[in-house]
Amino acid sequence: MAEQTNKQLKDYKKEFLSGLLKTMLLIRRFEENASKMYGLKKIGGFLHLYIGEEAVAVGSVAAADLRRDYVFAAYRDHGHAIVCGADINTLMAELYAKVTGCSRGKGGSMHLFDVKNHMMGGNGIVGAHIPVAAGCALKLKYKQEDGVVLCFFGDGAIHQGSFHETLNMAAIWKLPIVFICENNQYGMGTFYERVSSVKDFSVMGGSYGIPGKQVDGMDVIAVFEAVKEAVERARTKRIPGLLEIKTYRYRGHSMSDPAKYRTKEELDAYKKQDPILILKEKLQENNLLHEETYKQWDDECKARVKDAVDFAEQSAEPPHETLYEDLYM
Amino acid sequence: MAKISFREALHQAMDEEMARDENVILMGEEVALYNGAYKVSKGLYDKYGETRVIDTPITEEGFTGIGIGAALAGLRPIVEWMTFNFSLQALDQVINNAAKMSYMSGGQLHVPIVFRGPNGPAEYLSSQHSQALQTIYTHIPGLKVVSPATPYDAKGLLKSAIRDDNPVVFMEAEMMYSWEGDVPEGEYLIPLGKADIKRPGGDVSVVTYSKPLRVVQEAAGQLAGQGIEIEIIDLRTLRPLDTRTVFESVRKTNRCVVVDESWPVCGMASYVGYLVASRCFDDLDAPVELVTAEDVPMPYNHTLELAAQPSVEKVVNAVKKVMYL
Repeated sequence: MAEQTNKQLKDYKKEFLSGLLKTMLLIRRFEENASKMYGLKKIGGFLHLYIGEEAVAVGSVAAADLRRDYVFAAYRDHGHAIVCGADINTLMAELYAKVTGCSRGKGGSMHLFDVKNHMMGGNGIVGAHIPVAAGCALKLKYKQEDGVVLCFFGDGAIHQGSFHETLNMAAIWKLPIVFICENNQYGMGTFYERVSSVKDFSVMGGSYGIPGKQVDGMDVIAVFEAVKEAVERARTKRIPGLLEIKTYRYRGHSMSDPAKYRTKEELDAYKKQDPILILKEKLQENNLLHEETYKQWDDECKARVKDAVDFAEQSAEPPHETLYEDLYM
Repeated sequence: MAKISFREALHQAMDEEMARDENVILMGEEVALYNGAYKVSKGLYDKYGETRVIDTPITEEGFTGIGIGAALAGLRPIVEWMTFNFSLQALDQVINNAAKMSYMSGGQLHVPIVFRGPNGPAEYLSSQHSQALQTIYTHIPGLKVVSPATPYDAKGLLKSAIRDDNPVVFMEAEMMYSWEGDVPEGEYLIPLGKADIKRPGGDVSVVTYSKPLRVVQEAAGQLAGQGIEIEIIDLRTLRPLDTRTVFESVRKTNRCVVVDESWPVCGMASYVGYLVASRCFDDLDAPVELVTAEDVPMPYNHTLELAAQPSVEKVVNAVKKVMYL
């Protein structure tokens, strides 16, 4: 297994692998600081952190071409916005509800948008964005563009009617879309197997003639390869795909959740296969990364996040007159 | 000027806009091969093909969401709901996505889409197929809501709705599809958010919209025979609401009746009635009267279902009441 992994690793450019690691690190540091600032009451409302799941968004979006492809995410969307290239200053400012935020302080944590980078938003209603994402794919097909839509959602969303209705239409209309179920195993506090008729979500594509696959979401390269295959199939053959990417969130569902529904042993077991840690170790085993370089990257990420926090702190509150802005064109 | 049906007026509006702009597509149940459950889309599939006139499975939430996604990606979809009763399946998509995308993205996204289909009481259909649901949609900031009463208005307003960059809920009525009216040959647009005075009069302002206009017009004829001239204001658009036209009329007549076929509790009529009572307080010579649907689901029995709706008699009585007659 190790040998196979090593061979595969050598097939990638060093810059590509470094990029994956750095982006995962940036997300991790961003989330840690968001958590800290929430604790200091700088950020309010719901805050759903992506810590532990970084490989899913990073590996997936690495397989897309955001000049022509689009990303739709659910409410745990910070990682997706970062990997799409959103300015993290505007993301932190949005969490702070400042006017300089990406959504002008009107969206918050669950509604990060960066449309110019084709990050089409988070969505706070479980499963509600799935047909919307397919609508974007319909437009791509109608306009004969060769883009593909990546639609991320959690294991909680997969039982919604919107998911099943959309898969059916994506199949009959041959829409260029990849449905990515980020199975972090708990829909809020409920273990996914307790509320699912199947343990393997990838089989759910079968009812609609959509190929499905299970992927190890702690391995960013495995994610990249699986999404790449699905994206290419969607792009060239107009066959939608369903991926169940198994992952794990280290924190609770949101900041108010102490996550008492799972054991410390379970959490510790996943932390041992941390997506940042395993890629770092793989790179080091292959002499592609020195510890000092890693530390330097980490320091850079920390500095960027600190700048983002400073930017958010110093930004202005939205003026009252913005209340009625952005409602109608 | 040609006399055409409400159905044909809507058809012409969609046909003209589809010919004008290739970004306009039509999707919904039975809109293509079957030519529409109420034949509003008749011939459009043959003319524009399956990429622009799309039959959907019976999945209102799903295809409404797909329409919204296509709109925010740059198309101008018309989503036809076979009736607004079925639109309730899609309410989450309309309220949480279509109405919110622009606002919660800080203006980065826009949803130029029209949701249209028949709304309101029909005949012999019982409770689930005879509902006037406009208040639910009009309640929601981020949506525009249009409900025309004549073929002329229907065509001009639907064309404007399709060109509008916001989500527009366009509410027709099954009973009206075969009603006829004058529609000019050439192209015209009617702006959203403008009420229309359908009949001038000096005694009482009667505010209405959509199908009840006919009831109000009949009442106007009866009342005129008794020397009472009502001014009929057709709102045409419920959101944004043209309050100016309403207030100007009430300031002239000093009396107001609102006729609305939706339910009375938190309804369109109660909101308009509140606005008139509040903004025209010093001008009113009588409390505002409302004529609405009765506060019950629609029964199947025809006598009962007529009793549940605004009628000529109810309108005449309300007008007389505000005149203390």
